Formats: sequence, C-alpha cells, structure tokens
Amino acid sequence: MFDISQSLWLLGTLVVVVPALLVAALGLTTLAGRPCPEHLTSRLVQAAMTIGLLAACGVLAMMLATGKRHVPIHLGNWVEIAAHEAAAPETTPHAPMVHGESAESPQHFHFAFKFTFDRLSVPFVILTFLLCGVIGAFASKYLHREPGFNRFFVLYALFALGMVLTSLAGTIETLFTGWELVGVSSALLVAFFHERPGPVDNGLRVWAVYRFSDAALLLAAVVMHHMRGAGDFDTLLGATPPWPESHSELTSQQALIVGSLLLVAAAGKSALVPFSGWLPRAMEGPTPSSAIFYGALSAHLGAFLLLRVSPLLDLSLGLSIAVVLLGLSTAIFASLAGRAQSDIKSALSFAALTQVGLIVAEIGLGLRYLALVHILGHASLRTLQFLRASSLLQDYRMMEDAIGSRLPGRTAELPLAPARSRTWLYRLAIGRGYLDLFLADYIAQPILRTFRACDALERRWTDLLTRGPSRESDELAPGAGSLKEPL
Amino acid sequence: MNELHFPLLELAIAIPLVGSLVVSGVRDVERARFWTLLVCGAAFVCTVGAWQDFNWSHFTVQPAASNTAAHDRWDVVAWATGHNWIVIDELSAPLLPLASLLYLLTTIATLRTKVRRFSFPAALLAEAIVLATLSCREPRGVIVLLALGTIPPCLELRDRGKPTGAFVLHMGLFVAAMTGGWLLVEWSGQSPPPVWALAPLVLGILIRSGIAPFHCWVTDLFENATFGRALLFVTPMMGAYAAVRLLLPVAPDWMLHGIGLLALATAVYSAGLALVQREARRFFSYIFLSNSALVLVGLDSLTPIGLTGALTMWLSVGLSLAGFGLTLRALEARHGRLSLTSYHGVYEHTPELAVCFLLTGLASVGFPGTFGFLSSELLVDGAVQAFPYVGIVVLIASALNGIAVLQAYFRLFTGTRHAASVPLKIGPRERIAVLTMAALVLGGGIYPQPGVASRHHAATTILKSRLRVQEVRSKADTAAPNGASDE
Repeated sequence: MFDISQSLWLLGTLVVVVPALLVAALGLTTLAGRPCPEHLTSRLVQAAMTIGLLAACGVLAMMLATGKRHVPIHLGNWVEIAAHEAAAPETTPHAPMVHGESAESPQHFHFAFKFTFDRLSVPFVILTFLLCGVIGAFASKYLHREPGFNRFFVLYALFALGMVLTSLAGTIETLFTGWELVGVSSALLVAFFHERPGPVDNGLRVWAVYRFSDAALLLAAVVMHHMRGAGDFDTLLGATPPWPESHSELTSQQALIVGSLLLVAAAGKSALVPFSGWLPRAMEGPTPSSAIFYGALSAHLGAFLLLRVSPLLDLSLGLSIAVVLLGLSTAIFASLAGRAQSDIKSALSFAALTQVGLIVAEIGLGLRYLALVHILGHASLRTLQFLRASSLLQDYRMMEDAIGSRLPGRTAELPLAPARSRTWLYRLAIGRGYLDLFLADYIAQPILRTFRACDALERRWTDLLTRGPSRESDELAPGAGSLKEPL
Repeated sequence: MNELHFPLLELAIAIPLVGSLVVSGVRDVERARFWTLLVCGAAFVCTVGAWQDFNWSHFTVQPAASNTAAHDRWDVVAWATGHNWIVIDELSAPLLPLASLLYLLTTIATLRTKVRRFSFPAALLAEAIVLATLSCREPRGVIVLLALGTIPPCLELRDRGKPTGAFVLHMGLFVAAMTGGWLLVEWSGQSPPPVWALAPLVLGILIRSGIAPFHCWVTDLFENATFGRALLFVTPMMGAYAAVRLLLPVAPDWMLHGIGLLALATAVYSAGLALVQREARRFFSYIFLSNSALVLVGLDSLTPIGLTGALTMWLSVGLSLAGFGLTLRALEARHGRLSLTSYHGVYEHTPELAVCFLLTGLASVGFPGTFGFLSSELLVDGAVQAFPYVGIVVLIASALNGIAVLQAYFRLFTGTRHAASVPLKIGPRERIAVLTMAALVLGGGIYPQPGVASRHHAATTILKSRLRVQEVRSKADTAAPNGASDE
C-alpha cells in the first residue's frame, strides 16, 4: 500500500544522501591518491544531480498533491546524551539545560539531523540541484584535461552538499554544517588557479570574511540555545502555521539580538555592505564556479538565511529597518561600483550584488514570496550570463564581422548625479567604495599589529631566557616568491 | 576494583621500556627503526587490548560496579609494592591507545633522511613514561612520572647543542611547583586540601599546559628540538591529564574558573599569534597552544556537557593536530624549515599531504564532518552554561585559528609552482601515517556517538567524585568557627 509519509521520508532522505555520497565517492578516492577519471567523475556528478533533482521534485509533487506545507524529516540524532546518562546534574550550580527540548531533561544534549521541506526550502533545493547540474555538465567540458579537474569537482560536490544541507536544515546546527561546507569550498575555488599568488590572496580574503560571518552564525546558535534551550527552527520560529506565516515566541529584545547576529552572518555570506569587497575578488576562480557560487547560489545564501528566520523580523521593527537599510545601501553601492568595472565578470558580480541588495530590502519589507521568486529568477538569469561571459567577446567579434563595423559602445553614466559630484562618485565606484581598504586598515591591520607586538615581546623574553638569539627560524631566507600581506 | 583478563597495561609499559634498552644497543639505524616499529606496534596492540578489555569487564561483567577502574591480572607492580599503581579507568582508557598510536605513527613517518636525528631509544623511553603516567591515578606517581617525562626532551636539546634555558627553566619550575604542591598537600593532612597547598599545583599545571604567560617553553621546544620529539611531548596533553587527576576532584570552583579564564585568554592570544608567525613550526606550536587551552577551558567549566566536550576535544585535538604535525613534518623533511613569508607551491608534488594538511587543520578548528566539530559544539554549549561570554571568546579563537590554518595551507602548498629536480612524492610509510590520522579524524566526525558517550561517562564519573569532595569541603566550611575557611 502506498504510504505517503514513508514515501516523503524516502524521497527527502534521498535528496540529502545523494550529494553526500557524491562527496564520499570523489573525496575518498582523492584522499587515497587515486582520483576518479574524468568521464567517471562527470557521470557521477550527472547521476547525483539528476537523482537529487528528481527526488526534490517528487517531494514537491507529493506536497502539492497532499496539501502538506511543512514536512519535517528526522534522520535521527547524530549524537545524543540522554538525560538519564547525565547522572551528575546536581554537581553543577549552573543552568540545567543545553539542547533539551523540555525542562525535564537536564543536561540532555542531542545533535539532530532534521530537515524541513516547506515553501522556502523546496524551491531553493530544486534551484540548487538544477543549477549545480547545469554547471556540472558545463564544467566537465570547460575544464576538460585541466590539471585541477578532480579538485574542482571535489569542491563542487562539497559545495552542492553544503547548499542542500543549508537549504533543508531544520536546526541551526545542520544549517551551520552546510554553511561551513559552502564557505570552505568557495574559498578554495576562488584560489583554484593556485600557482599564482593573486587568486590565493583573494581566496584567503574570502575565507577571512566567511570565518567572521560563520562566527556570527554560531554565536547566534549559542544565544538561541541560551534563550530557548534548542536549536530547532520549529521550536524557535514556530512550525504552525508553516513558513512564511509562522510566529516566534521570542521577545522583541531577543529577536533583535539573535536577528542582528544572523544579519551579520548573512551580510558576510552575501557580500552585503561592508563586506562587499570580496565578491569581485571571488571572480578569480574558474568561470563555472563564479557562475554557480557568486552569481547564483552562494550570493543568495544570506538572503535565504534571512528568509528562513523572517519570523524574527516580524518581532522587531528595528531589525526590519536595519535589514531594509542594509539591502538598499548594498544595492546602491553595487549599482554604482558596477558601472565602473572594466571586466565582464566583475561587472556581472556587482550586477548580482545589486539584485541581492534589493532582495534583502524586500525581505526587510516583509515581501517574502516576492523575495523568493526574485532569488529564483535572478539566480537562473545570472548563471546564464556568467556562463556566456567566456564566449561573449568571440560573439561580439562575430557580430562585428557580420555587420562590418563596431557595435555601438555603452558608457558608464550617472544621469541623476549632479555634475560636480560625478568625478567623486566615479572615484568611489572605481575604488569599490574603499570597503576593502576600510576593513584592512581599521579591522585587520590593528589586530595583526597587536599580535606582532606581542610576538616581538615574546622574542625578547625567550632571548633573555636563552641568553642569546632564541629563534633559529628568524634566519630562514624567504623563498623566491615575494609575499604581500594578504590581510 | 575490577580486574582485566590479561596484564596488558603492564605489558604496554614494559615493552617500550625494554625496547628502549634493546634498541639503544643497535648500531644500524635502519634496524633500530625496524625494532622501534615492532615495539611501538606491540605497545599499541596492548593499549587497544587493555581498552577493550576494560570496556568488556566494566560494562559487561560488572555493569553496576561503583568503582570505575580496573587493574591488570597478575599485577606484578601491585604484588611488589602492595599498591595498585597501574590501573585503567574511563578517563585513561582511550587516551592510552591514542598516545601509543601517536608514537607508532611518528616512528612510521620518520623518513630515512631523518633517522639519525630522531633518537629511537629516547622515543621508546618517553613512550613508556607517557603510558605509565596515563595508567597511574595516584597523585604521587603522576607527579613523579610527569617529572621524569621532561628529561628526554631536555637531553635531546642538550645533545643537539641547542639552547636549553627556556625549557629547563619552565620544566624546573613545573617540577618544583608540582613536588612542592604535593608536599604541602600531604603536610596539611586535610581532605580536601587547603587552597594554599593547591596553589603550587595550579602553577605547575599552568606551566605544563602552556597557558600564557607560561607558554614560551612550547614554542622554544618546537624551535630547537626535532619536530617529532616536540610533537610527541606536547600532543598527549599531559598538563590536562595532571589537571584532571590532581586538581579537578579537589579544587574549589573559583580556582578552576580562574584557570579556565587564563586558558580562554591563551586560546585567543595563541590563535592571534599563529596568524602572524613567519615559520611553520612556530605556527604549529601556537595552533596547538590555542587548541589545548580550549580543552582546559572545557575541563574547568564544571558542567557535564562542557566536561564531555573537553574530554572529546582532547581526543579530537590529539588526533587532528598530531596528523597536522606529521604532515608538516613530512613537508619539512623534503624542504627543510619552512618559512611562511613566501609561497612554496608544493601542491603538485604532494597533493595527498596538501589534502591531509587541510583536513587535519580544519578538523582542529572544529570543521563540520570531522571529530572536532562535535567536540567544539559540546564544549561551547557546556561552557556557555558556566559563563555566557565563553562562547564568544571560543568562537573568536576558532575563527582566528581557521584563518591561520588556511593561510598556512596557501603559503605552503600554493602561490607558485615549485620546481624540483628530485621526486618529492609522499612515501608509503608517510601515506599510512597521515591517512590513518585523516581516517580517524573523519571517522570520528561521521560516527561520533561511541566516542562522545564514552567521554560522557568519564565526565560524569569525574564530577561525581568532585561532588563527594565538595560536600566534605562545604561541611568543613560550615563547621569552622566564625565561618573561617581555608579560602
């Protein structure tokens, strides 16, 4: 007999397990020093993305057929410390509950693998499989016989798994797991052409921003646990009515604190102001990864996070206003900076950022379905544009050959700006708002200077103890490649 | 006390001890290495056997036994001295195989070019001392063995003609503080011991754990000793072991929280210093200091979950940083001391080392999918109960460590193309060592429940014994005239 719940569980599990198996297949063979050959890698990627997409569509079809709007799927607890095992709660004078869902379970810790299929996650995960499948097919030709072919697909598989976990996460820990996988695969793909220092520097910058935003997300998780004793979105944001009408039982103050931390996390991931500097730097990676990560999926992940926790925005007007202002300022900045870019990938990245800013503003204004549709449409369009970017010059040449003259050019214009401020605005745009400089000069450098001063003090102390130079390593000559300070 | 089925504990200690004597008489270094491998392998088998024997006797034979330790059958030491000096309990059961595995893999991964520098007899002697320390619960025995354990590195520094000032000063102070502290505890005759008697023990533990400002001996050791010796001296984290055995059961809450605060500051400070290091060994030593300080933070949180997190992190940090260190050591064996002020670009020559470096490095900072992830989660969640700000500081340390690890990866493996006239590929022995570590780090991350459950049992046992002591202390405080207490 056809059991709807069991079928939903099976399909939902398949959606999550398939990208995990892809990571295992590509990752373990690489680790063992015997990477899969190109054709097998391509086949595996195609198969995984197709099965994942079909399973996700199957879940959608069954949800539509049955009218279910919220399907939680429990895959069990990854780790569980049951309350009865925690035999010594009385030994501590501190607060009793960690991950427990009830006050009767002191010192209960569990890390649940829970995934939620709802009106937000299902479209997003379908988009993920669709675009990852397209990019996988494109990249298997684009990177044919590249030395880093296998490395690209291992990172691609990690990224796909991270996106699926983030999209479907039913708990903040699961979301964080996916979030981190997306982060590390993105940073390593920015540094894909790693025999040059430029991409590597840029990869490190992307990673530094991601770590900062990851810390904000994890801190939000800690704060949630502290407030509610759970990281389950259903407990935190309410499961009934399902997204986007769900209501959180947090107070306005609590919503502001958690929401602000999540806003920082979203800003880092989606390159919102003031973290926008990493987005054009991320274009150092191969075109397929630029398309899928920074044009389509990764850039929208911050917006997705805000949509997921949107019931918190309903509780705090201040938070909603902050989201709108952040979105609008990002859109204005990106629109301005995009007009002064001289290469197509940077121009496209700022165009994408403009739209992401608008999407964030829409979320702040409470237009959640509009934001979701905007994400889906924009991600698809931008992927197409990025993939076409590599052959665009050739197409232009063909068209110019056909018409026998140059195509009409387009100049950067700022029609609404007053004439006297246009030069200033142009400088601001060409300098990308000096946001990178600001972060480097006022955040990174003071931190590094402080630790260098501590290091110098330690050197003096150990010199004193050893009655002479204590660091043999000081005599090491730097290698051939000069090194700028990436941070 | 339970009894094991075989005298595996004593064998695990005696085999390397006798092996050290035998190997010291072998002139040919290749034969010496072969015998060392055999001895380390036998010791590892014995420790694994003892662990499993303990699990079987503890959970199957006498599941309700209140005493959670077991001693050898045919216990020669007990027969000779009339006291059970060598025992295994829930804390030490997995630490013994971990320590012997570190020695085994370090010996396996020692390249032919390095066998003359790395003293095998000294390594076996150090292994016997470490295993004996981990098998000893008696404070006197622990202190004597910890003091003995400082001798092999000291002799190596002297034999290599390196400055010994910083190491000898710190270790001398450590031994004096531990001995003095224990003499004061014995002399006071009070149970629990008074605070003034515990103070020297705290100092000793801070020094041995490398807590700032007593940490310079760690960087000095990595600077001047062989990498293998330094790695084996620090990775079993004997300072944390001393803290659990000597301090945790008897010290008052405020004292442990004070140590926790110092450890917290050390975690951030060391993470920051790792970011600005110019040489790979020093970078590693600071990463290690930061992570080992986090273990101490969890130990001093005094919550079951926090303590479980700390004990789990002990294993995960031991595994991941030992793997990280072995990878770095393998790289150093090919290129000499590694400057971090320039790019080395060796990825194409040693992709397996690059993958293992990244994997173990990220595992040490609690990356999802690795053993470190769950331990970090547990530690943060548990520690936050004691002090809410702990979560923020731990996350800052983790973020800085993550940036430092990727920065080191980029500088060592990427950024340029390394031209080599000789093959630099990883050898089969090194492959076994680093892949074993990588497999354990990943395996522990994918299936963490057994490890976490075992550490949770150990944590509750420790807290129960602490509870009994604290009850005595509170009764004594109440009974003291005019409310006077030893504090």
